[in-house]
Amino acid sequence: MDWMKILSALFIIAMIAWLWPRARRMMEDSRKAEPGEWGGVLLPLAAVAGFVVLLIMMV
Amino acid sequence: MSEVQYYSERAAMPAVSVNKVIKNTYILLSATLLFSAVMAGIATVMSQAGMLPPIVGLLCSIAAIGLVWFVLPKTANSAKGLGVVFAITGLLGFGLGPMLAAYLSLSNGPQIVATAFGGTGVIFLGLSGYALTTRKDFSFLGGFLVAGLLMVLVAALANIFLAMPALSLAISAIVIMIMSGFILYDTSRMVNGGETNYVVMTVGLYLSIFNIFVSLLQLLGIMGGED
Repeated sequence: MDWMKILSALFIIAMIAWLWPRARRMMEDSRKAEPGEWGGVLLPLAAVAGFVVLLIMMV
Repeated sequence: MSEVQYYSERAAMPAVSVNKVIKNTYILLSATLLFSAVMAGIATVMSQAGMLPPIVGLLCSIAAIGLVWFVLPKTANSAKGLGVVFAITGLLGFGLGPMLAAYLSLSNGPQIVATAFGGTGVIFLGLSGYALTTRKDFSFLGGFLVAGLLMVLVAALANIFLAMPALSLAISAIVIMIMSGFILYDTSRMVNGGETNYVVMTVGLYLSIFNIFVSLLQLLGIMGGED
């Protein structure tokens, strides 16, 4: 259904337009990570990735 | 300057208030997840009976995002905010109906849906537990997460017309990672006093859970589907 694709595309474009100024502000205002802080994020995210792979293998 | 403001906010937030925000957020999140599941169940049955067209999912998402953008910011600090949260989560849950009905019609559909449901629960509980127990400050993640979200939206927009299965898989996998990051970020904001409104917090965490569930369902459907 082409009109459903068009509606989906318009919805995503609206989301990008709404998010863009907020994203810019957030990127400018976010504090910089201190050394070692990324390790505390990458570890749980790697665990999530591994868990998802496990789920895929299960089904 | 924003850093100074951030830390002064943190220092001014007493532990009792932080605990109250955490408690209220998880109570409201539990209630909205239950309500959303009931709405999804009703919509799934209606879809299976041929009473709901597939576009209902898209229309519900548009209505829910409209509430998040235009109504929630005006009502988040009042009792009306609670009603808005239930409206948002109810709409998103109801919108899942046609998709769940389509997955359940596959030969291993019930297993895929149950695995996605359980997997989402484990991911959320694991990440929340990690952020709550370590009490680490993940506020530096904000910029990266929204930048990643914007890139995913652009890729999703392109894939509406390209319809590449590999790109769909990649988008679903990246969305799970970004939403996992948002769970860490939001929970950390709650724990460290960066966000004091439990209504806003609930919607943020709900959207992360919702997106992880939908993306996991798509990943499992593509990778584990027999049809």
